[in-house]
Amino acid sequence: MEISADRDGNTFYLNMGPQHPSTHGVLRVILKMNGEYIQEAECVLGYIHRMHEKIGESMFFSQFYAYMSRMDYLSAMAYNHGYTGLIEKMAGIEPPLRAEYIRVITVELNRISSHLVWLGAYLLDLGAFTPIMYAFDDREMILDLLESITGSRLTYSYFRFGGVCKDIDEDFIRGTRAFIKKMRSRLKMYDTLVTKNVIFIGRVKDIGIISQDMARRYGATGPVLRGSGIEYDIRKNEPYSVYPEFDFDIPTGSTGDARDRYLVRVAEIEQSLRIIEQALDRLPDGPYRTEIPPFIELEPGDCYFPVESARGEFGIYLVSNGEKRPYRMKLRTPSFSNLSLFNELTKGYMIADAVSILGSLDLVIPEIDR
Amino acid sequence: MSHDALKQAIQTILPEAVKDSSYNETGHHLDITVSSESLVQLVEVLDQKGFYLVDVTAVDLIPEIEVVYHFALWQKLYRIIVRAYIPRNHPEIPTISHIYPGADWHERETFDFFGIKFLNHPELKRLLLPEDADFHPLLKKESLLEKVEAVRSGFRKGGCRITYGD
Amino acid sequence: MIVLPRLALSILMVLGFIALNGMMLVYMERKVAGHMQRRLGPMEVGPHGILQTLVDGIKLIGKQYIPPYKIDRPLYLLAPVICFVPVVLAFITLPFSEKLQVRDLNVGLLVIFALGSMTVLSLFMAGWSSNNKYSLIGAFRSVSQSLAYEIPMLLSVLSIVLMTNTLSLREIVEAQSPIPHIVFQPVAFLIFFICCVAETNRAPFDLPEAESELTAGFHTEYSGMGFALFFLAEYTNIVVVCATTTVLFLGGWKGIPLPFMQYTGVVWFLIKLYLLVFVMMWFRWTYPRVRIDQLLNLSWKVLTPLALINLVVTAVVLKII
Repeated sequence: MEISADRDGNTFYLNMGPQHPSTHGVLRVILKMNGEYIQEAECVLGYIHRMHEKIGESMFFSQFYAYMSRMDYLSAMAYNHGYTGLIEKMAGIEPPLRAEYIRVITVELNRISSHLVWLGAYLLDLGAFTPIMYAFDDREMILDLLESITGSRLTYSYFRFGGVCKDIDEDFIRGTRAFIKKMRSRLKMYDTLVTKNVIFIGRVKDIGIISQDMARRYGATGPVLRGSGIEYDIRKNEPYSVYPEFDFDIPTGSTGDARDRYLVRVAEIEQSLRIIEQALDRLPDGPYRTEIPPFIELEPGDCYFPVESARGEFGIYLVSNGEKRPYRMKLRTPSFSNLSLFNELTKGYMIADAVSILGSLDLVIPEIDR
Repeated sequence: MSHDALKQAIQTILPEAVKDSSYNETGHHLDITVSSESLVQLVEVLDQKGFYLVDVTAVDLIPEIEVVYHFALWQKLYRIIVRAYIPRNHPEIPTISHIYPGADWHERETFDFFGIKFLNHPELKRLLLPEDADFHPLLKKESLLEKVEAVRSGFRKGGCRITYGD
Repeated sequence: MIVLPRLALSILMVLGFIALNGMMLVYMERKVAGHMQRRLGPMEVGPHGILQTLVDGIKLIGKQYIPPYKIDRPLYLLAPVICFVPVVLAFITLPFSEKLQVRDLNVGLLVIFALGSMTVLSLFMAGWSSNNKYSLIGAFRSVSQSLAYEIPMLLSVLSIVLMTNTLSLREIVEAQSPIPHIVFQPVAFLIFFICCVAETNRAPFDLPEAESELTAGFHTEYSGMGFALFFLAEYTNIVVVCATTTVLFLGGWKGIPLPFMQYTGVVWFLIKLYLLVFVMMWFRWTYPRVRIDQLLNLSWKVLTPLALINLVVTAVVLKII
């Protein structure tokens, strides 16, 4: 698509972003429009590109932790988990069971908080101002809980190779249980306030339909894929950590429209609550961390390790040459593949629908740009 | 579709290329090495078998560049890594974006970081770096040749163990 | 020659009312929004933040006027004024109570709608002259929107006119002496009120300025007083449409008699008026925004036929009685 304007007088180009209320960060989309209808959408990326892969090559393994949480600032725990899991797998470190439970609890709490931000922001995109305040109110509880054990509110670097950096205490457990109880009642409220709203349904139903084949060819994962009715969740299909020990469902949609993606995410909040509840009930005693040497050297070789972040499959492909630093580190981020659907999804829709579709993909731009 | 059936299907077109890989150690069940000529043929087979594209990337192994494709299945746990080696001074490989449109951005990113030209790509231009950047950041220095040898030995062994440093 | 001083005094009073009311409505909106969203709203300036809007107003007056590059300057400068003036003029014929009315025109209703339809002109001027694509889309939307909603609005009002046989607002209020029109014309009231929300570009019909799509729509490129005039005109417009609804359907100043009812009727009038304003705010902070085609479908496919049917039924029933 060339950027210059067409001379036939029917189309014009609209530049959406990188400073636009609904591109959530610094995504820029060049829309070729015919009136209110979109003919083509070209995403321009790279406004917040920091070359994490190159930074990874020049750092010791433990130094790179902090960069993990800067990629997806909304579900930083899952990224910590992916990186920790990869190095532990390659190095053969066995974390204690209590640490794995603590990891699952924090990751799932973080997943809920990420979905809550999405819920608020998505409805804000659709023009409803109030839900974001309620969602952030609930999220505040999670942030306070996580702050009490990790010391940070957003960009956590809480995991360590062979455990976590600090044990959880009684206050945290009590607070989490209180949060689960509150969140369950709040979910009912979201349901009556938002899910059954006629205008909301009109804005999301049959908008941006992703077929299963389309999702496969673009490599869509996470709630975007599950909205199309495919039961694919790395936590179930490719179990890591202690996820196999918990009983939870994978919510799926049927048609693959924006409404299904909405429903899947809201249902995932409920499933995450279930996981946290079970993990708290069965939380084993014991050490929360094993002693490992300060510098890890991996044997030469390559390994791919995926985890399920709030947005889909986050995987790291690491090539080691036996030194203290990785030789090559590829970060496979879910939003990157999910956003590449955007052009095909928005063709023929209106600009208001494009906003709705963009919101339903749940993008975090630093994670796309890396 | 079982592991063996898939292996056989691939071996009919690429007899030498297929190698079992230990999932517990590398995260892949099947390790396929292809030449850049037969890449498209292989990817078409994978497309028919219902694999989804995980990502496309590259590793600079002086004097050649290894282009890496990851594929996986939804229905069951099955991951494939496809490696294609291309010369470093003439980095060209056919695109697979006509089969997997999702590869479009991944290939652009790989072009961005390594300068690999994906032939017949609809719009091969920089994705993440500025349009006027005149470098490819993930290419290694030529002096790293011994380090590369270590990587290669690791690929052959396919296993990793921890070693403790200072 | 009592006419001229009276006119001067009433214009002063109207302007004072508009300025004060604008400030109060902004404060009210922020407080209503705050309490609906589990927060307090403005609390810092003055007790409970009462003076916040005043301070904001001063800030807006002091702001720099920044015209964008390659604008259509005359239109760009005129648009906020054209938006504001008709709204002020509409107050001439609004009966606040039996005696508190600038002029009782015998075509009062017509004047209000004529002035109300001027707003779209100014929005289009603003969108066109700003040299900004977002503004332009906002302008297009506002034209199609007000075109679509004026028709059911007028049709629903016609049934009231049929009942009262007059266009004078005072006589319409007098006609609802025991029972307000809303009892006889609930459908017309609903249609009229929905159209009012759409005409004033309030959520869920705030498409011309839909901030998540068009950043700020037609007033994207306005700063300082230009923006302030649009803002003030929007809030005054809300008062005008709510006042019209009160007059047409809710019995205007009628209510439980107070001493000096000829003047104190204004209390009832304002109570009804602000109740309607509150409902509009309630809409805004509860509903998502509709899409432009849904908006137009609602008008052309639902409200217009419904208003026509309502009109025919009213006419038939009146003929029989």
